[in-house]
Amino acid sequence: MLHTINKSPFSSSSLDTALRFIKDGESVLLLEDGVYAAMAGTTYEKIILELAEKSSVFAISADVKARGIEKLIPGVEIADYGKFVDLVSANIVNTWL
Amino acid sequence: MSEEQTEEKIKKIMFIMQKAPHGTIYPYEGLEFILITGAYEQDITLLFVGDGILALLKNQDTSELGIKGFVKTYRTLEGYDIEKLYVDKTSLDERGLTSDDLIVDVDVIDSNEANRLMNEQEAIFPF
Repeated sequence: MLHTINKSPFSSSSLDTALRFIKDGESVLLLEDGVYAAMAGTTYEKIILELAEKSSVFAISADVKARGIEKLIPGVEIADYGKFVDLVSANIVNTWL
Repeated sequence: MSEEQTEEKIKKIMFIMQKAPHGTIYPYEGLEFILITGAYEQDITLLFVGDGILALLKNQDTSELGIKGFVKTYRTLEGYDIEKLYVDKTSLDERGLTSDDLIVDVDVIDSNEANRLMNEQEAIFPF
């Protein structure tokens, strides 16, 4: 299963909610404002570090670059749109609003 | 179309309802989608998570908002054989609610059980 999150964790509870439902080994894709969760140095760093140990965590490259995020939390993989398509076609997608 | 062909097309579909009832169009549009899907006799599961459970609160009165309100529509789901309604326990607890506060009969489940149900589905739609 692929969980997608497109809201900043600082303005929406969608990441917090999603985290309760993500099982080890499932994939998580951060996109649009969701990529702020992958920014190093925030209060979410510990949570994302732990998540990335048990699951694959991706952040969309274009969204990261557009927001000027220079340092990502270790373990978060950068994904281009091709990778996005691969993930969506390989998984049932669970979109957190 | 023969009975067998119809059987083949039945899919397991989950709707995850995540939004409070009147702040956005999501819950209303979602309910319409659910009813349409129900008319096609699909195997439907509804899961209410986060503010999504607030759409099920009893005693909603939208008359002063000048809109019809749709909470009573949830009671018609049974007529479409949509009877698998689940509510996330943590979301209820966070909001100081129990299943008695909700307009329809639901099963209260934890996130592990919810994840298990999610993994049984062929498609998941968020609203």
